[in-house]
Amino acid sequence: MASTLSSLFVAAVLAGTPLLLGALGEILTEKSGNMNLGVEGMMFMGAITGLAGSYYYEQAVTKSGGAPSGILSAVIALLVSFLAGAFGALIYSFLTISLRANQNVTGLTLTIFGTGFGNFFGEYIGLKAGGYVAVSGTTKAAFSSLRIPVLSDIPVLGKLLFQYNWLVYFAIIIAILMTWFFNKSRTGLNLRAVGEDPATADAAGINIARYKYTATIVGGGICGIGGMYMSMVTTSGVWVHGCVTGYGWLAVALVIFATWSPAKGVFVALVFGGLTIMRMYVNIPGLPAQIYDMFPYVATIIVLIVTSMRQSKEHAQPKSCGRNYFREER
Amino acid sequence: MGETRDYAVKMHHVTKTFGKVVANKDVDLELKNGEILALLGENGSGKTTLMNMLSGIYFPDYGDIHIHGIPVTIRSPKDAFDLGIGMIHQHFKLVDVLTAAENIVLGLDGKTTVNRKELNKKVAELASRYGFEIDPSKKVYNMAVSEKQTVEILKVLYRGADILILDEPTAVLTPQETEKLFAVLRNMKADGKSIIIITHKLHEVLSISDRVAILRKGEYIGVVETSETNQDQLTEMMVGRPISLEIERPQLERGEKRLKVVDLTCLNGDGIKALDNVSFSAYSGEILGVAGIAGSGQKELCEVIAGLYPTIGGAVLYTDEREDGPVKESILGLTPDQIVEKGISMAFVPEDRLGMGLVADMDMTDNVMLRSYKNNKGLFVDRKTPKKVAEQLIEEMEIVTPGVDTPVGRMSGGNVQKVLLGREIALSPSVLIVAYPVRGLDINSSYRIYDLLNEQKKKGVAVIFIGEDLDVLMELSDRVMVLCGGRVSGIVDPRKVTKEDIGLMMIQVNEQKEEEDV
Repeated sequence: MASTLSSLFVAAVLAGTPLLLGALGEILTEKSGNMNLGVEGMMFMGAITGLAGSYYYEQAVTKSGGAPSGILSAVIALLVSFLAGAFGALIYSFLTISLRANQNVTGLTLTIFGTGFGNFFGEYIGLKAGGYVAVSGTTKAAFSSLRIPVLSDIPVLGKLLFQYNWLVYFAIIIAILMTWFFNKSRTGLNLRAVGEDPATADAAGINIARYKYTATIVGGGICGIGGMYMSMVTTSGVWVHGCVTGYGWLAVALVIFATWSPAKGVFVALVFGGLTIMRMYVNIPGLPAQIYDMFPYVATIIVLIVTSMRQSKEHAQPKSCGRNYFREER
Repeated sequence: MGETRDYAVKMHHVTKTFGKVVANKDVDLELKNGEILALLGENGSGKTTLMNMLSGIYFPDYGDIHIHGIPVTIRSPKDAFDLGIGMIHQHFKLVDVLTAAENIVLGLDGKTTVNRKELNKKVAELASRYGFEIDPSKKVYNMAVSEKQTVEILKVLYRGADILILDEPTAVLTPQETEKLFAVLRNMKADGKSIIIITHKLHEVLSISDRVAILRKGEYIGVVETSETNQDQLTEMMVGRPISLEIERPQLERGEKRLKVVDLTCLNGDGIKALDNVSFSAYSGEILGVAGIAGSGQKELCEVIAGLYPTIGGAVLYTDEREDGPVKESILGLTPDQIVEKGISMAFVPEDRLGMGLVADMDMTDNVMLRSYKNNKGLFVDRKTPKKVAEQLIEEMEIVTPGVDTPVGRMSGGNVQKVLLGREIALSPSVLIVAYPVRGLDINSSYRIYDLLNEQKKKGVAVIFIGEDLDVLMELSDRVMVLCGGRVSGIVDPRKVTKEDIGLMMIQVNEQKEEEDV
């Protein structure tokens, strides 16, 4: 029993991390007053470009007769996926901030675009590689569990806390940094003001467009890294058609569940991660697998009902979220 | 003219146009160091536009601005801060979920992190220097209106402003709070700050300012020493001709009890009681004024009676001794449609004219039709009758509009209000509820609205008038009900009490004052 629980915990962390990254990116975006529903699209873009980055790096090095470095390969995947997500968010930002297009429509369009982008290039690169695209063992190793001296060897705790791949710790550090950023830093305070009440922030001398662009683009980049996690860790460096599908939307739901708090996001991601992989660890006789697959989505609906009944001014969506700012509008 | 150095602000030949509308035409304005200058003018006379050019929100088309004798170009709010100009807007620019202190440092340069403790101490010190009472760590959404205003003023002081512009600062305050604010302004003046206060309340101008500058229809009329002027002269300069400031109050025999409201209680969106055991009666042939600080339950009260807001207790009873037999109905919980079906003609002129009262994108005919199309029989609606009504309204109410086909959203505030009030009156109501009917209207339009309300009163309509200007409420109403935090703190005869009495009732409920007339 104890071992099942600890395996469930470990699996939940692994499954929850891409959700956490997606949610963190979206929290940063929404704090600036932009509701970017393109999380899934940006994750897809990050997933394929991260994988392709590592793959082409390996190909190039092998061709010239050298041996690819796992760490370098991982760094390339990280950077490229961040840039791809940020690029998606840049399109979104240009449309909504500069051209003042409707945020919901633009976000949904980005999701459709990113999904197509990911699947198209995934299949295309796979065809050229002769069937499917997969990274080599070196890169795979760079994304496998870490062995931290001393810490990883602590009984029980070592397995529960110190034996994950580096992206898990990366996501948690981002969550901690974001918490500090929103609550302690001056720029974070200004960003919150932009998301809550852009007219007020504008009158206080804050450059609205710059804050919105920066937050949205960095947020999109973090979503892209979440997508890269799916293709590099979840599917072990092999492109699987539609590998991100559904995860982007769960990340959006997580934002609400976490009440726009990055720290809470860590725990909520763990719960959702657990729900997505429960069927492999908790066996209820007679319950079909499809019912298990429903859990995260049922939980999302329940969360939405509970959060909309709850009345709180502070732990709520930034007030201007979803509306574009135009100074001369009255 | 004194030395240039004696002037904090000099604006010369300033002109600003919006499209074809000239908001300011060749305006000159001078503010001496360490004085309080009142900027007086009717709504739409360009006071706020002129000040927005000082605070960097608008940029003048022509003209030049000197600050402390130096010619300047103000392109953004930040430029204005740098010159020491701070404007306190009529609609507060504060972020609800942040604390007072956080709002104050918003957008300022400084260390990477914000030290809340140190900041709170600094803000508290600044506040006590001028005699403000404020808790720097209080969140804005928990604040009363006067506290929010304090934060706004502290915000500009914290930024080191020595030229302060206050846009209609007393509109949201009780008489007592206004006195407090004036005391603070005098402290600031003693401290060497130069202050411009925008207002259209004459008695305030006379009590606080050193000089008065007057604008009319975007043009600069002149400046007078406050000590050498009086209300009549100022009005004449403001309106352009002598005008009687008396509001009529026809004395009538009070009619039958039309509406009886008993123990009305309802909750607002946060689950707090917006109305708490509100009881009163409205009689035919009288105007019942409702006074109170903004947000004391006025909106909810109107909407409950009109059938638009849910309650958790109480009753609203309607009686009408009509020729075809008496009507007695309990109307609480009925929708507006159901109230109409009962044969009750209730008219409601809401505060939010273009949001709740009229559809801005539709023309007058369609807006008139909104109230009548349900009576149409057959498949098609009748557009001819409402069109006639609309044309009649234009004539009777002197509405200025290109025609009945112009969207009401393009009309001026005064005309929009006339369309709305006219449409409601055209239904010959037996109860007329009006919320802030003269907000944003110039003096002429305001007096026209008062006349219309008096006409309805003479016709035997029970008028409930929600107002914000205590002077007007006390001159127009037959009785004044004062709301405080959703409770009735008293129903008084305005002829027998002073403004200060009502001001006190607006901030505290005095149990003894509850008159026995329910």
